[in-house]
Amino acid sequence: MIDVLNIRKDFPILNTTVYGNPLIYLDNAATAQKPECVIQTVDELYRTCNANIHRGVHFMSEQCTEKYEQSREKVRRFINAEKKSEIIFTSGTTGSINMVACSFGERFVSAGDEIIISEMEHHSNIVPWQLLCERKNAVLKIISFDDNGILRIDLLDSLINEHTKIIAVTHASNVLGTINPVREIIAKAHLYNIPVLVDGAQAVPHGNVDVRDLDCDFYTFSGHKIYAPTGIGILYGKEKLLEQMPPYQGGGDMISTVTFDKTTYAQLPLKFEAGTLNFIDAIALGAAIDYVNNTGRQNIFEYEQKLLDYATQKLASIEGLKIYGEANKKVALVSFLLKNIHHLDTGMILDKKGIAVRTGTLCAEPLLTHFTQTGLVRASFAFYNTFDEIDALCENLEKISLMFK
Amino acid sequence: MTINEKQNQIIEEFSVFTEWIDKYEYLIELGKNLAVLDERSKTEQNLIKGCQSRVWIDAEYADGKIIYKADSDAIITKGIISLLVSVMSERKPEEIINADLFFIDRIGLHENLSPTRANGLLAMIKQMRLYALAFASVQKNEI
Repeated sequence: MIDVLNIRKDFPILNTTVYGNPLIYLDNAATAQKPECVIQTVDELYRTCNANIHRGVHFMSEQCTEKYEQSREKVRRFINAEKKSEIIFTSGTTGSINMVACSFGERFVSAGDEIIISEMEHHSNIVPWQLLCERKNAVLKIISFDDNGILRIDLLDSLINEHTKIIAVTHASNVLGTINPVREIIAKAHLYNIPVLVDGAQAVPHGNVDVRDLDCDFYTFSGHKIYAPTGIGILYGKEKLLEQMPPYQGGGDMISTVTFDKTTYAQLPLKFEAGTLNFIDAIALGAAIDYVNNTGRQNIFEYEQKLLDYATQKLASIEGLKIYGEANKKVALVSFLLKNIHHLDTGMILDKKGIAVRTGTLCAEPLLTHFTQTGLVRASFAFYNTFDEIDALCENLEKISLMFK
Repeated sequence: MTINEKQNQIIEEFSVFTEWIDKYEYLIELGKNLAVLDERSKTEQNLIKGCQSRVWIDAEYADGKIIYKADSDAIITKGIISLLVSVMSERKPEEIINADLFFIDRIGLHENLSPTRANGLLAMIKQMRLYALAFASVQKNEI
């Protein structure tokens, strides 16, 4: 059970007022707010335990290194990876996907090869692959989705062939909310020995993720969307693949020995962690994971699904409101448009009421092109949101409809 | 009416609104009443970069004066454009180049716009000024 009023006390920012109205924060898919324990972790580290990791023999450096590695272990358990060496700290989902596109691409992709992504990807899971295709003269192929926002995995067989080198697909759409059948996609891809990268940025905050159960080859997510600080993220990769991939960036921490003739690289995961990593926020990611675990991922999932059902039903009852994304299995977000009202107009007026929603292309222009739209309004929920906040959103949308008549 | 007189008139019109919502409703009204821009003018070239909604500004030069025509797919934005057009249109290029657009701050438009949206407003004004500079050079060539 989620005791939402008590939970809200853990998030100091939720007491903020915006233009004199209490903040109603419905832009959680863009970034989530931080609980006190995460804020305190960052604050305390800078006050009491800040020294560069994996380097000094001195007390504080060793303490910091230990906390950093403990955090890696928390992440491993959080997504049920087999080994700590398969957990790489990155700057975020975008950083993780670029790392795979560059490093995996360097090793395994050549001219004429093919990469499959889906029509509902965030730009972060499109552009790195396009860049790779340009570098290697490879071909990008697209799994489309239907008008309800459901991926056409029946088309997968016709897209896969002997040239396919990797499939990269989102676990949950940041616009449609659709939870994709990634397990099925992975099983099919593995029949042909094709590895699969899953973009988990929108899935990890909302429920259980088990990378071994999914059998995915790569899994990526961002700290800031699961209540951790910005600038830290995760790449999970199967050890046997990561071992075969060349380093992504060179620098400190990722080397074993350096001479001007030849450099040898560190073992996993440090091979992919060049330079001074964002170790403070990596440790705070561990604190965020503790917070989520203590709240209970099943509790979070169930409560957010109730919010989603309530919001969907209420929004759908507003005259002239169209919801984009009507899959049966969705994460807690709803994208919509009011008839004949521009998304920016809707967003500007909601903003004045203290209601934060996302408007625009939502970093998924090809997805919007599918619906011949230039922008949408998105309300995305976290487990600290309330049913009253959804009521306030809907009341204001009704008023906006009248204003523009 | 000079540019400054027109600006003062707008400031006076807005002074009756104490609530932001009333300002927005007035902008929506202005937006709805802005003369329709011909579809042929909604070209890539006339599209202003840096706006969150699509904004097109076109300009003609006749009898030594510039006539601006503009449109947006968002109504509040269109209302803001309507104000800009009413201040800047049908004036000589040098009037526009030298104009001090004080009305924007005085009616509270700037404070009502986030930095990204304020950038869009600045981009619109910049484009209108660029037209004025271009027509000013045409004017000189004529002499």
